[in-house]
Amino acid sequence: MAVEKRVVFKSKWLPWVLVAPQVFIIGAFFFWPAAQALLQSVQQSDAFGTSIEWVGLENFRNLWNDETYLASFYTTAIFSVSVAVIGISLSLLLAVYADRVAKGALFYKTLLIWPYAVAPAVAGVLWLFMFAPSVGVVAYGLRAIGIDWNHLLNSTHAMTLVVMAAVWKQISYNFLFFLAGLQSIPRSLIEAAAIDGAGPWRRFWTIVFPLLSPTTFFLLVINVVYAFFDTFAIIDSATQGGPGKDTAILVYKVYYDGFKAMDLGGSAAQSVVLMVIVIALTVVQFRFVEKKVTY
Amino acid sequence: MRHKIAAAVLAGLFSMGASAQVEIQWWHSMTSVNGEWVNDLAREFNASQSKYKIVPTFKGSYDESMTAAIAAYRAGNAPHILQVFEVGTAMMMASGKAIKPVGEVMKEAGQKFDPAVYIPAVAGYYTAPNGQMLSFPFNSSTTVFYYNKDAFKAAGLDPEQPPKTWIEVTQAAAKLKASGHTCPLTIAWQSWTQLESFSAWHNVEFATKNNGFGGLDARLKINSPLHVRHIENLSNMAKQGLFVYKGRMSTPEPSFISGECAMITTSSGFYGNAKKNAKFNFGLSTLPYYPDVEGAPQNTVIGGASLWVMGGKKADEYKGVAEFFSFVSKPDVQSASHKRTGYLPITLEAFALTEKSGYYKENPGTDVAPNQMIRKTTDKSRGIRLGNYVQIRTIEDEELEQVWAGKKTPKEGLDAIVKRGNEMLERFEKANSKK
Repeated sequence: MAVEKRVVFKSKWLPWVLVAPQVFIIGAFFFWPAAQALLQSVQQSDAFGTSIEWVGLENFRNLWNDETYLASFYTTAIFSVSVAVIGISLSLLLAVYADRVAKGALFYKTLLIWPYAVAPAVAGVLWLFMFAPSVGVVAYGLRAIGIDWNHLLNSTHAMTLVVMAAVWKQISYNFLFFLAGLQSIPRSLIEAAAIDGAGPWRRFWTIVFPLLSPTTFFLLVINVVYAFFDTFAIIDSATQGGPGKDTAILVYKVYYDGFKAMDLGGSAAQSVVLMVIVIALTVVQFRFVEKKVTY
Repeated sequence: MRHKIAAAVLAGLFSMGASAQVEIQWWHSMTSVNGEWVNDLAREFNASQSKYKIVPTFKGSYDESMTAAIAAYRAGNAPHILQVFEVGTAMMMASGKAIKPVGEVMKEAGQKFDPAVYIPAVAGYYTAPNGQMLSFPFNSSTTVFYYNKDAFKAAGLDPEQPPKTWIEVTQAAAKLKASGHTCPLTIAWQSWTQLESFSAWHNVEFATKNNGFGGLDARLKINSPLHVRHIENLSNMAKQGLFVYKGRMSTPEPSFISGECAMITTSSGFYGNAKKNAKFNFGLSTLPYYPDVEGAPQNTVIGGASLWVMGGKKADEYKGVAEFFSFVSKPDVQSASHKRTGYLPITLEAFALTEKSGYYKENPGTDVAPNQMIRKTTDKSRGIRLGNYVQIRTIEDEELEQVWAGKKTPKEGLDAIVKRGNEMLERFEKANSKK
């Protein structure tokens, strides 16, 4: 205790002590693994690490020579844009309606926030069960109305399935931000517009939506990052990247090569590529948000 | 006070244990019924002697326990025994001092050890070119054919005459479809049943260099005319709705149990599950083949897992491991395991013992798998030993799916498997040939 008091009163390094736990966490869980990935991306080793060979950029060259890896950029783009656009539009819609509800608002909000507590792998399995061609409730219903649902061989169905599961999982997060954004819009602005004769549709697009734009952009970047990085468990449990490689997004391949196939070098090289992408995305986010925040 | 007594008793037990017994860690991936089997084996062995104590620990699925063991090895506390699935064999073999060949362990421990007592197609899978047995065959299964007898009857087929050839399978499927079956045939473990076992069963090369047994520079050969013919046949069946794709690995199995699919090719280890859960009569038969191919049927290849001994342990501990392996190899222990799990008996004597007990007569069909295996293997049918095989299996799944979906022709699909698979083999060769 005595030590702590002296620190409080005298030392210059108190701030450092206070940030130390955070620095330690970031160091241990971000910088150290990132450095390891960088190191491993220029090595090739057998699984047990009994022989480690420096191979320079060969792991990266292997990636560029792999047509299926390049194709997975396209798959990733489709997946990420779908997840972000659908996820954001749906949750905006839900937030606008939830904001208007007078009775039982808490009930609706709770239900909408709930899916956030579900683990991604569980979300994948849940949707897989509903859409399983043989036993799924939804697949059964679809067949009744003439749609032969088969995500095992139909890539559009498979992509739809993983997008739905990923969107469902992320809606709660988006919803919370939109709801907070909506609640911070001054009522007086909307009332003034209403008095001037603007209908609900016009009020939304000319007042509410522009005022929500910083939130929307923030969520766009967060959702793209989510789709890029947090969705491998959904893919693994729902489609395992199939049919063919049509739902094998970049991060799924990182997971698969590293943890199932034990190709640590190749997997690390892919993480480095992904790291570069996320850094680029973050730069875009900060520039944009900084600009927008000032108005 | 009571706590103190309990503590004293516990301490007493532990000190007794510590002074007398050598603990041997065994990491495995067996769940439910098979998990109980593993625990029972350890218990029986521990009760049979007092010097060693086998401690089985469940470490997740095959790939999870392998990842765990690799991490543990790198941290210097690997288990003594690790259960590894068959596709990890080449990777384990290439891992140098991380493992200790079973043949060596047995010899150094002075255990009587004759590789010839093991079923050739089983032991051969895990034996080095120099004849040294590298890992201990533990739970081996093979690919067999199951059919729904009730559905056969309803379709006007003889339920006691299962189709033996692919032509007969196609004909039976057409009749089943005509009788209203939406899924006459499905296939589980498509790469294992339709490419690996298919090749061995027809005595054609899966890969050069004796399917990889002869060296790291093996390359895939599964775009041969016979392979193309077979995949074309299946793809035509898919177009006519006679073969319905139900997913990768064991995912299609429930569609047989539910009665949706009337025929399935899958692991012999599926028997216990089907027997327990299917609400209809079903039969087992050998894997279908093409009778005009010379040498067919040969034998099928195994799946399942073997036990690897990890390197860098004490001599005393290796002695315990050797003793345990001798115990598990005993004919009566083997035979009991075979009956209990549906996995193959790994020694010829255990097979004979099971036969003598009348088990195969009481449970018709259970002898299909051992009978497919107890033939003399050829260089083309011994098994598959290829590096990066986990990835190659996935490539096979991916490309076959494109064929079933009609996006690629059978030839294009198989060519793509060979091209992409060979890239994996080249990389494995490069990474491991310098040792």
